[in-house]
Amino acid sequence: MSDTITTAAPSSGAAKVLKINEAVIRIAGNSQDGIQAIGGFLARLAGRSEQEVMTFMTIPSTISGGPSIFQVRIGSGEVLSAGDEADMLLCFYQHSYEDHIKSVKLGGIVLFDADHVQPNPAYEENYRHVGVNISSLTVEAIGGTGRDKGKNIFAMGLLAKIFDLNVPKLLKLIEERFGGKDPSLVANATTCFNAGYMHSLENLLKTFQFFDAEKKDRHQVVMNGNEALAYGLIAAGVRFGAGYPITPWSDIMELLRRELPKYGGMFIQTEDEIAAVSMALGGSYAGRVAVTGSSGPGISLKTEAIGWASMAEMPLVIVDVQRGGPSTGMPTNVEQSDLNIACFGGHGDSPRVVLAPTSVEDCFYTAIEAVNIARKYSTPVFILTDQGIATRIEAFEEPNLEKVCQDISPDYTPVEDHKPYDLTKPNGITRHIAPGTKVLSGKYPIATGLEHDELGHPTGSSKLHALMTAKRRNKLRQLAWDFPKLKTYGPNEGQILLVGWGSSQGPIKEAVDRARGIGEAISGLTIRHLNPLPNGLEQIFKGFHHIFVVELNDEGIYGYGQLATVLRARYCDPRIQGITKSDGLTWKVKEILERARTLASAKA
Amino acid sequence: MSILTTPTTTATPVAPSPTAATTTTPPVTGERKGLTKKEVAADHPTWCPGCGDFSVLALYFKLIEKRKMIHEQITTIAGIGCSSRFPYFVQAHGAHFIHGRALPFASGVSLSRPDLHVFVFGGDGDAFSIGGNHFSHTCRKNIKMTYVVMDNWVYGLTKKQTSPTSPLGFKSKTDQWGAVDYPINPMKQAIAAGATFVARTTHTNPNHVLQMMEAAMDHDGFSFIECLSECVEFYEGAFDASNPRKGGVFKEVPKDHDVTNEGAAYALAGDPFPGYFGVFYKNTKPTKNAKEAEIIKSYQSKVTGLKDWQILQKNFDRMK
Repeated sequence: MSDTITTAAPSSGAAKVLKINEAVIRIAGNSQDGIQAIGGFLARLAGRSEQEVMTFMTIPSTISGGPSIFQVRIGSGEVLSAGDEADMLLCFYQHSYEDHIKSVKLGGIVLFDADHVQPNPAYEENYRHVGVNISSLTVEAIGGTGRDKGKNIFAMGLLAKIFDLNVPKLLKLIEERFGGKDPSLVANATTCFNAGYMHSLENLLKTFQFFDAEKKDRHQVVMNGNEALAYGLIAAGVRFGAGYPITPWSDIMELLRRELPKYGGMFIQTEDEIAAVSMALGGSYAGRVAVTGSSGPGISLKTEAIGWASMAEMPLVIVDVQRGGPSTGMPTNVEQSDLNIACFGGHGDSPRVVLAPTSVEDCFYTAIEAVNIARKYSTPVFILTDQGIATRIEAFEEPNLEKVCQDISPDYTPVEDHKPYDLTKPNGITRHIAPGTKVLSGKYPIATGLEHDELGHPTGSSKLHALMTAKRRNKLRQLAWDFPKLKTYGPNEGQILLVGWGSSQGPIKEAVDRARGIGEAISGLTIRHLNPLPNGLEQIFKGFHHIFVVELNDEGIYGYGQLATVLRARYCDPRIQGITKSDGLTWKVKEILERARTLASAKA
Repeated sequence: MSILTTPTTTATPVAPSPTAATTTTPPVTGERKGLTKKEVAADHPTWCPGCGDFSVLALYFKLIEKRKMIHEQITTIAGIGCSSRFPYFVQAHGAHFIHGRALPFASGVSLSRPDLHVFVFGGDGDAFSIGGNHFSHTCRKNIKMTYVVMDNWVYGLTKKQTSPTSPLGFKSKTDQWGAVDYPINPMKQAIAAGATFVARTTHTNPNHVLQMMEAAMDHDGFSFIECLSECVEFYEGAFDASNPRKGGVFKEVPKDHDVTNEGAAYALAGDPFPGYFGVFYKNTKPTKNAKEAEIIKSYQSKVTGLKDWQILQKNFDRMK
């Protein structure tokens, strides 16, 4: 809780009220306790209160049960990461208490369920302990056979009291969430909430109040990265897709399956990953950019068909929600280790485009960009997101949907003559006509994975193979010129440039802010376009002594992470070094800064 | 705008885009002449002289001509193998996909384009070995298309390896002592997987091939034809026993066979080679195409009159 100011007038009781800019609350329990629900409510409340919010959660990959946490960081100013240390820990069990107390700032508050947690005297010195019999009070509040179901809502009532949250708004959210079903659900939830809110917290010395957030022009929407990505695809005009369930990609396919029929589209659950990519390619071939997606293991299975898309120059969007690999790896943990397979996975020279969204909001816009690149350049386009972004919730300015939604219906206007793989076309960009289009010359094209002539008929000509290979590569070189020029976060000169991609953007920016705040010349750079890379990076690199590429993957045999390896190959710049880790968790700001300082002093 | 709104089914165009507005395809009428072989033949086939696949191709041309199909109505799709070169030889929209995956690719086309008749051609390796999983699932989902497997009991393109339909004892380069793995029975496989049209024919009986193709094309659902197609190079004489000109017997499915009787169809399929020829099984049940269209219809009725962005807006309003 940074920037705390003591105010003179306590609002109620004896507790003092502190005005705060932001708070990091970690909720720890078991996966079936509904702690995600509390986190979700808090995030949504922040969105409605024009505050910024970011969440972080871990869930066990077991089917039911197991420890789980949900961390939410709410701020009146910009929130860039889920926060290194928590201001408050709400814990339901002894193991939640023991495992997470170290994540609390010294002097922070530990709010625990006294029915299940026995405080450790060694910790009581450093953290303010507030015990409430959450479970038994919940049972008491609802009575009947409810057991302690609803304790999460009771706990939310406690939090609402401690942080002076907007109660009417929270009650409205409860009503929206539980309304419509059994009316007693809303009544019970409201009872639990009120019981928590009214509970007297004698032990607490102070309560908190957020500063008012800056008024925003547009409403905020609150969602996670997978939702933003799926809705982005819909806005982009995608109406057909196919997939196979795999964590953490499944939410996207579930959402598309549910939503697309409203738009006259469909999403098909296939028998396997290969069928999914193949069916999506059939949809693209039929005239409209289609989507498939998966996580690591599924992407491996799809690579042959993606090579076909490269060869046949068929537009396709492939979503890869990265998780810990290789093989089945760590299904519910975060990693950025699929950059290699996205950029280079597949046999032969098979150029493709790879984009990496950097935040939940960016997932929405990246989806649209991916569809448009796929269409314009007739190419497969990867969206490399990760488990971190996929499951975290953010509030962001509502997009102007009337403006961004697009219609990409196929055009069946008869054509005089058509050569899809026309070598005389500028930039070598292929245009396909959809089946059903009449070709007046009577010569019809074939979409093919064999090396081919301009009409798509097979050829064994070495000259054509060279020309067609160059054509497929050159169009992506052309694309690189379309990308906006990159800018550094912070001054474009300094000691250290922290380069990152995907979900590392937030922690890197926060690291830059923190370092600049104490006079260190550190700047940041996020690369959203990973293949092809945008032009002009070497100009940016020139301004710094050290270029550290921060990625959630292994340093590999030669000592560099996956993006660092690509950048070194591209720029032959020995100043490019890697800061990598593979613990399956998102970056902490502190970690990035410590690693960067150590590496810089070692190289100095 | 619905993906099911296609050039020939523009009954209820929703918010047509500038490009969609110019969409015109001549309406299909019975008056129209069928395409001639000249108009529908493309590259000269790369098959070996005497290959059974030639007659399947010729009969496909004949089907197009006889049924007065036009270029804009069909698409020809294949995977990998000798027979899968098919699309290159047909002057119409087509795609040559990867090994074993022609069916899911074709499903993508079929589901999003009800105006097209999707024909898929391939061989036994493509269908039952590398593509085996897709075969079962396309059968059970009853996705509308016609699938002709030109079964030659051998891998020809890679020059004589054992195929999933090679009979026991067949001497190939991968089984020099003779095949040891029990072969797949394509008919049984299709029936068991829930295919709604299952027929068997052979390239040496052109009229029968055409008859099966026509019946398959008229079937509203997934129609599967196993067409014996001799590989003269690597499995000469494989099907002589089914060819009266070579002293064999061409035994048609008995007149009193009930094609809707799954058990009876399965029993027919168990008859040892050369077995029966004709429609073994035919049943009507709603296609996946129809079911998906129904889902779309019911969901679209809830958002009548709304533009796409307004539908999306409703979701976003709930996330505030």
